[in-house]
Parts: sequence; structure tokens; C-alpha cells
Amino acid sequence: MPIMTYMAAIAEATREEMERDEAVYLMGEDIRASIYGASAGLHAIFGDDRVIDTPLSENGFFGAAIGSSLVGQRPIVETVTSFFWVGMDQMISQAAKMRYMFGGQATLPVTWRARMFYARGAAAHHSDRNYNIFMSTPGLKVICPTNPYDAKGLMKTAVRDNNPCLIFEDGIAISSRGEVPANEDLPGGELLVPFGEARIVRAGTDCTVVGIAGGVAHAEDAAKVLEQEGISIEIIDPRTLVPLDKQTILTSVEKTGRLVVVDPAHEVCSAASEISSIVAQEAFWSLQAPIMKVAAEQVNVPYSPALEPLVYPTPERVINAVKHTMG
Amino acid sequence: MPPEKAALMQMLERMWRIRIFEEAVIEIHSSGELQGPAHPYIGEEAVAVGACAALRDTDYIAGNHRSHGHPIAKGGDLNGAMAELLGKSGGYCKGKGGSMHLADFSIGILGESGIVASSVPIATGAALAAKQQRKDFVSMVFFGDGASNQGACHESMNMASLWNLPVIFLCENNQYAITTSYKNSVSVDHVSDRAPAYNMPGVLVDGQDAIAVYEVTLQAVERARAGEGPTLIEALTYRFEDHSLGLEKVRDSPYRSDEEVDEWRKRDPIQLHEKALTSTAVATSEECDAVQARARADVAAALVFARNSPYPEPQELFEDMWA
Repeated sequence: MPIMTYMAAIAEATREEMERDEAVYLMGEDIRASIYGASAGLHAIFGDDRVIDTPLSENGFFGAAIGSSLVGQRPIVETVTSFFWVGMDQMISQAAKMRYMFGGQATLPVTWRARMFYARGAAAHHSDRNYNIFMSTPGLKVICPTNPYDAKGLMKTAVRDNNPCLIFEDGIAISSRGEVPANEDLPGGELLVPFGEARIVRAGTDCTVVGIAGGVAHAEDAAKVLEQEGISIEIIDPRTLVPLDKQTILTSVEKTGRLVVVDPAHEVCSAASEISSIVAQEAFWSLQAPIMKVAAEQVNVPYSPALEPLVYPTPERVINAVKHTMG
Repeated sequence: MPPEKAALMQMLERMWRIRIFEEAVIEIHSSGELQGPAHPYIGEEAVAVGACAALRDTDYIAGNHRSHGHPIAKGGDLNGAMAELLGKSGGYCKGKGGSMHLADFSIGILGESGIVASSVPIATGAALAAKQQRKDFVSMVFFGDGASNQGACHESMNMASLWNLPVIFLCENNQYAITTSYKNSVSVDHVSDRAPAYNMPGVLVDGQDAIAVYEVTLQAVERARAGEGPTLIEALTYRFEDHSLGLEKVRDSPYRSDEEVDEWRKRDPIQLHEKALTSTAVATSEECDAVQARARADVAAALVFARNSPYPEPQELFEDMWA
């Protein structure tokens, strides 16, 4: 099976979807130059109207993407999570609300792809892990692929979805390589990963560890250490936060009796908070220990290499949290 | 070429429909039947009606919080509009949008918006789709003098010009953003003076004169359809009422003088249009009165329809979230 990088998987999904449907087009800043590695060569294939370098006007071009989607286009908008703030009015007041507000008349097949830099010295303005904000806004689908296979399969599903979809490309996950099957080796001839189906990354018996975005990699590292100490953790990657596969998480907690949620976003009102709350409400009697959140500290992201690593979850923090639940 | 009689009479009818609709809205708001904010379009009817007269049914419009005039001008049905205002299931949006979010996609109304200037990028995007799909529809966005200062507006005009998009930016300069005069918030004499900075034509037109608005809009539409890009039109107009129903504090504020309001009321767009029709013998005053009477009957029927329309059922709360 071919081994591919995360960004190559995204690039392949983009090209395939653009070939499949001429309503699909790509817009963003510096995409013809492919500065994030997901759009190389596309301008030469698809031309000016379908590979659009935009001015630095997030509110403007996010809105233009939405407007075009209302009349039949299927834009893929490439940006950076921190620039979501700049275009937030269009994302929240328009994309998330239009369909409902207009009684179901509007269909908005817009896919945002955002690079989620953090833990690399980019400081407070370029290190936002803000999926939780959109998770609590009704009307948006929130997708966090953590490996090349999911990146390609979830991206293709997002482009075909008729709702606004936000894909968060985690700074840790994007450096991953992994197996992505060739289309001819797939039953339907293409890779589509459905939304709302969590992946059990590793089966285990003692403690359920739900990893969000880059949290999955930390959980996997922790699992190897814990295994040597005789502790078996079950790692779950929800893959999509909206829709969220509650059942896979609940079933696992009912089996293990323990839950740790690893989330690189700020801990207050986070995806980790929400998952913890769901489990507390719906699997309380299965719990043998308090739920532990391993999330980013509630401070802004500092620049200094001496300080920044103190903010985020690490495998060590995951190990400590799992051991805490084990008493 | 001046518009034909049928088109001129349709403009008159749509202006009357807006005026009488808004009068009914004021009445049911003061009686408590209508809740929430509502922003009357009275005094500005010639802008939406003149501009929409230059459009085809297949063209798109997007609007703003002063939201009842544009859909009616585009040919929207009064029953659905009034039912929407009353939060009934027979409304355009099944009661989920209300006054500020009227939309009827079937006739190209991509929606009114409560966030000032947020429709400007939306209309720009619809125009981008026209270019990408190689179709000859155009889009038009109505926004106010207040919205003209939002970044969304500047960003959209820059993109539209850069990409040569078939969009008409129609600024309804009614001179006040709630209480703030455009003279205290716009850095140039007129919003349309900004057009050269975006490398597009800027046109200032008398927003009380429906025919004048129609003529400049038609030029902009023809230009857009020919692939020659966007136009910024500023229609200088005036809202005869205050910003929103129910804002008593605004009514008591001395932001504009009674004399100023009276002067503008003398330039009532409907009276001016009727005068234009009768003085050129296009129509008799009896014909104009008949148009008004028909509009009055239509609004009365819309009110009956809206009152008889059921409220949405509780389970509809969760419908229309996802496609």
C-alpha cells in the first residue's frame, strides 16, 4: 500500500474532487504557489477560475465562498486557524446560520481547510487550536484528521457534504506519513471516510483515552510506556467532533471504567470538557475514577522555547493522568 | 430608452406594496402583535423598486436589516413575508428568520441580513459563481451608508473589481446609521466617491426617483452582464421613520431635526413617481389610485393569511439545521 504524507493525501483528495465535479474550486492566499503543500500544480490543471489566489481579506473571501455556494459552487477555502478569527463574522453569522435562518432554503457546501500550527515557536497569534469554538456553534461540521488516510478520506467526504465543514490540520498530524490505499485497490474505487465514526486506534482494557487532533499521537506514545508497566489503554480518535460518535466513547468507558481526554486546545469549554460531560452524564455508573482532562494550560501561547512546551499535553502528562485514574 | 408603461406601473405597484406593508407592520408592532425589531423602509421605496426593475428573475439580490422592501421589490409574495414577520410556518423561512432574515431563493432573494455589511461578500460570491459557471446572471447587494464603512464592504469591492465580477453594489444612503450622520462617519463627500479607489464606476443618483434609479442600475446591470465588472451606485435617500420600531430612545434623540424630516417627506418617492406618470400622460390618477387600492387589498389579504397561518410545531425546532 502506498505510503504518503498528510499533505500529499490532502492534495490528492483535492485534485480528485476537482476532477470529479467542476463546481469544486479552491481559494485562499498563496495557493497557486502551494506554500502549505496542498495545491501544487492545480492551477496549471484547473485554471484561473478554479484555483484562486485571494487578497488578504478573510472576511471578504470567506463570504464570497459562501455566496458562491448558495448558487451551486463547492468551494474549498484554504487558510490558517488563526485567520478564522478575521473571517469569523462570515463563518458564524452566515455559514453556520443561513440554512436554519432561511427555513432550509440555503445549501452551503463550503469546506474550510485550516493549518493548525502550534508547538513550533509561532507565538500567540499563530498557534490557535480553536475547533472548540466552532464545535459549540450549531450548523458547522468540525473535522480533525490525525493521519494521511483520514485526511484524504474525510476531506473527500467534506467536499461532498452539503453543509459547511471545517477541517483542522493539526501541526503534529501533518508531519505524519502513513498508508493510503490506491483507488484501484478500494471496493468503490475511492477513499471516503464517513463523518461521525470514531476510530479505535488501539484496543485496551484499563482506561479509555480519547485523543483530539494531535492528542492522539501523545496517547499512542503514552500507551507504549504504560504497556511496559502492565497498563492497557484503549485509544479513541473521534475523527469528527461534529458530528461526534458518542457511542464508541461510551461503549469503551463502559468496558474500561476510566476516561482521560487529551486535547491540545485550551482546557476551558474545550472538546475535552464536552466529552467529559457526556461521559459523566451518560456513563456515570460505569466510572471507577474521576475523569481526567489533559489539555492546554489556560494561558496564551508564549514564544520562548523554554515556556511554550509547558502549555500543551505531552505523553508524560497523559501517562500521569492515566495512572491517576488507576489510583 | 425609457421604460414602458407596464414597467412603470409595476414600479408604482411595488412601491405601494412596500409602503402599505410597512404601515401595516407599524400598526401591528404598536398593538403588540409583532414582536422584536423591525426596520421600516418607508421613504426609500424608489431605491429597491427602481433597482430591482432592472433585474431579471434569474438575477440575485442580498439585503440588510431594513429588510422588507427588497424582497417585495424583487417580486416576493406578501403573504409569505407577513407570515414570516409573525413567526408563522407559512412564512418564507417557516418562521425561523423573522423580519431581518426574509429570503426566497426561488426568485433570487439570497436573504436579508442582520449583521451590517455581511451580505456584501455574499453577493460578491454569487457573482463569482456566475463567472465560474459562465452564466449571465448578475447579483446586487443593498447596503447602507453605515455598512459602507465596514471592512467586508471594502474587501468585497476590491475583490469584485480585481476579478471583474458581475455585481452591483447598491448603497442606500439614507444618511443615518441609527443616529450617526454619514457626514460624521464617511471620509468622503459621498460613498460613491470611493469607487475610483476600486477601479470601478461610481454613480450618485437621486434615491427618491424610481426611474432615475432604474436607469442607472440598468446601465450597471448591462455592464456586468457584458463581463465588464462591478459598479458602485449610491442612491441618496431618507428613511421617514426612525431606525427601528420600538426604539423610543432614538425617537427622543435630537439626531435629526423635524424640519429636515419634513423637507424630505416632501420628496415622497411614490408621489414623485405618480407625478411623473400623470404629468407625462403615461397614466391617469385614477389608474394610479387603482394600483394603490390593489396593493392595499393585497396587504390586507397578507395579514389575514399570516394570522391564519399556524405557528411552527415544537418538533420543527430541530428541522432545517443540516442539508
